[in-house]
Amino acid sequence: MSRSYDRALTVFSPDGHLFQVEYALEAVRKGTCAVGVRGKDVVVLGVEKKSVLQLQDPRTVRKVVMLDDHVCLAFAGLTADGRVLIDKARIECQSHRLTVEDPVTVEYITRHIAGIQQRYTQSGGVRPFGISTLIVGFDPHDTRPRLYMTEPSGIYSAWKANAIGRSSKTVREFLEKNHKDDMTRDETIKLTVKSLLEVVQTGAKNIEISVMESYGKVTNLDLPQIEAIVQEIEREKEAEAERKRSRLAATAAGQAAMSSRVGEAEAAQPSGQQ
Amino acid sequence: MDVSFALTGKGYVLVAADTTAARSIVKMKGDEDKIKSLGPHLLMAYSGEPGDTVNFAEYIERNIRLYQIRNLYPLRPPSAASWIRRSLADSLRSRSPYSVNLLLGGYDTSTYTPHLYWIDYLGTMATVPFAAHGYGSYFALSLLDRYHDPEAPLEEGLATLKRCIDEVSKRLVVAPGKYKVKVVDKDGIREVEL
Repeated sequence: MSRSYDRALTVFSPDGHLFQVEYALEAVRKGTCAVGVRGKDVVVLGVEKKSVLQLQDPRTVRKVVMLDDHVCLAFAGLTADGRVLIDKARIECQSHRLTVEDPVTVEYITRHIAGIQQRYTQSGGVRPFGISTLIVGFDPHDTRPRLYMTEPSGIYSAWKANAIGRSSKTVREFLEKNHKDDMTRDETIKLTVKSLLEVVQTGAKNIEISVMESYGKVTNLDLPQIEAIVQEIEREKEAEAERKRSRLAATAAGQAAMSSRVGEAEAAQPSGQQ
Repeated sequence: MDVSFALTGKGYVLVAADTTAARSIVKMKGDEDKIKSLGPHLLMAYSGEPGDTVNFAEYIERNIRLYQIRNLYPLRPPSAASWIRRSLADSLRSRSPYSVNLLLGGYDTSTYTPHLYWIDYLGTMATVPFAAHGYGSYFALSLLDRYHDPEAPLEEGLATLKRCIDEVSKRLVVAPGKYKVKVVDKDGIREVEL
């Protein structure tokens, strides 16, 4: 009976679910992780990179792309769907410039992308996009960094920091615990890498970081730079563990001393008192 | 009434266009920029029917930019010229054709060569060492035949361009007063004073 609701068209199930949209979200959860973090006047995108095959050209595998001079997008989910959506967004960016002679604002392009995603949940003969996106950038004539997320359902929302894709829940919880307002460039990058390390076991070589510092100023960190940050984080973790160990040892020693003193006291007591 | 010139030299292309925006016999504006940057190493001077010119130039600008964002590298001058010519040829055969004449100058950063194309509203394209559009061409082309040197350094190129502009000022009844001159070379695009 219920099987007829999760076929080709996005139609409601009796309990109000759109199964196709939920399956699209499932495709997102299977995709590689992407993280976006907003600092004081910087915004950072970090993505988990699948290891490329030995003979593959790594430059042809992209998960962070520019939509215009000042807007950057990362996605999680079906790469092929991503490509199509990104192309639509890029055309809109130039079309907007052509019609109103101004670059798009980050919210405008986010709303446009979310609008396309929504359309694909309500039209016949199509399926929803199997991707969530993180969109970062700066509005023209503005210094505040922006970070938005869109989902297959067409929802879009603004964030201080967020993650999408595989284990995004773990990463988001980590970010909730560690995010501070007004972080500097280095702090923001470090938090991004740190949060990605929660779910990326293989370390620096599977992480890609893009930093946007002001309108149109984007840099991609290269491997040695990311490695340096990862090492710094590991050193800090090591030091923290060391402190914990020594503290534990100290307490243990203290307890041992206490108990031995108690023992001595007991020993000093005449044993035949009972 | 628009006048535009362009010439190649050693590792650069010079593009100059007058700065008057006129309607009928009235000069409406004296500082109009009729040379658009289409990329880091591509310049386009446009002239023709007012309105058509800016509309077409902006359409071209946005599409060239879209190409660059999609592919992460800009279109090289020969490819850009072919695409622009095609756009004009398609437009000519549409219900409302653009009447725009173009001079397209670019520097190819992969072969280190300057390129110049003369394109008119009929979709004619010619690869040329120097070019001119408008009434100015009747005076300037013979001068450029005589003085143009494809191996000339920038100063000499500018001197030749000055000769053309002076000649037009001297002989043309409706000579424009001011020109904007831009140069494109390995370092990109910049405006120069004559």
